[in-house]
Amino acid sequence: MATASVEIALEDALAQALVPEWGEGVRIEGLERLTGGASRETWAFDVLDRGGRRYPVVLRRDFAARAGGEVPWEEGIDRATELELQRALHTAGVPVPRPLFAPDPHLGLGSCFFMERVEGESRPRALARKEELADLRARMLPQLGTALARIHSLDPDSLPPLPTSPAKSQLEVCRRMLDLAPRPRPVLELALRWLAGREPELSRRAQLVHGDFRNGNFIAGPEGLEAVVDWEYAHLGDPLEDIGFLCMRAWRFGADDREVGGVGDREELYRAYADAGGEAVEPERVRFWEVAGNIKWGALCQLRALEHIEGRQRSVELAAIGRRVTETELDLLELLDAG
Amino acid sequence: MPADRPDALELIEAAAEHLATRSRPALSGHASFEALIAANLLMIAHRELELAQPARAAERERLQALLGRNGSLDELEDQLVARIRAGDLGPGDRRLMDHLRATVRDRLRVSNPGYM
Repeated sequence: MATASVEIALEDALAQALVPEWGEGVRIEGLERLTGGASRETWAFDVLDRGGRRYPVVLRRDFAARAGGEVPWEEGIDRATELELQRALHTAGVPVPRPLFAPDPHLGLGSCFFMERVEGESRPRALARKEELADLRARMLPQLGTALARIHSLDPDSLPPLPTSPAKSQLEVCRRMLDLAPRPRPVLELALRWLAGREPELSRRAQLVHGDFRNGNFIAGPEGLEAVVDWEYAHLGDPLEDIGFLCMRAWRFGADDREVGGVGDREELYRAYADAGGEAVEPERVRFWEVAGNIKWGALCQLRALEHIEGRQRSVELAAIGRRVTETELDLLELLDAG
Repeated sequence: MPADRPDALELIEAAAEHLATRSRPALSGHASFEALIAANLLMIAHRELELAQPARAAERERLQALLGRNGSLDELEDQLVARIRAGDLGPGDRRLMDHLRATVRDRLRVSNPGYM
């Protein structure tokens, strides 16, 4: 693979893109593709202006290998909307990386934008399991509840236009995703059938939902939660969707006694959420979204593996993810067993 | 014909061990992570060769009993899914849930025994 030449071409395009903001003579150092994020590319680098001042920056853009080819199950907002949303969130005091700007589209960087790089621990397994991070986890848990309450309290009219995605349409997405897999999975089918007719009624208008709020999209520093990233699945819907998704076992990375993403206790999250102005958490509604999240994740595991199997993107990671669907099935059986 | 030694399982194990204990430390960053994943994939294949055949036979027997008919594993599974989607079988059916739990556990024994 011509990774080096790809990076040189990217560096050149980036240097040009940064001129309007940082002036002539701007340089880039330490360009590195961050791992994680299978549908978008995230690149980290330092910007050095002519005076030698250094700025840590991240570029977030649509996955180059997929440019032009629509992936049938990918739904989500475009980078321009994501930038605008991140601006609104930053202004509202939600912990997100400070958004910068979108480059001139003629530079060939594709659909993308720049933001400040937030330093800290973002590796989900480390956040969930590292013993040295126990204090950090304790600080982080109530901050997750507070961040969620703030996200869910934003007036949708103050945000860029976002898709509305109530429970019913999400079940339709799950159906479509399951139908793309080569073989049906009885447990995923059972869970989807169980959800039908149980869709929560919203007592108020649909609120901003992150849509992928899990350990893996958090950056933590010594003071706890520094930033929530990856807003591509943001939509208007049921706020408890974020809570159900966050509590899935898949994001605990073996720290199963800490149900909230391996970080801490569910009751404490609910309390922090309510203390910060979030609505009272109905456990049955959380369970609905936990089941839905598991179906989505299970279906996604299969579809990602198909990328590898069918040769669109060969990778051991994608091959491995195909077998994780069984973990989701075990979790679903336990969720459905609860009566 | 007796199997040549090292046999298939032993070869897989040798390659996995090499990736995990030699390649991984010699590599850095993402490539090192991928070497570990590659070793894990080989060990899944290893367990599948050891365990899958009897598990599939047992799955087929359970399905035949549950559905009251014969067929290949795929046919039976299709039938099961049709009845689940029709709402004919649901989480309240103990025999269904026992079957699904046994099937999922057998598969986890292959893909990730530590998850149970």
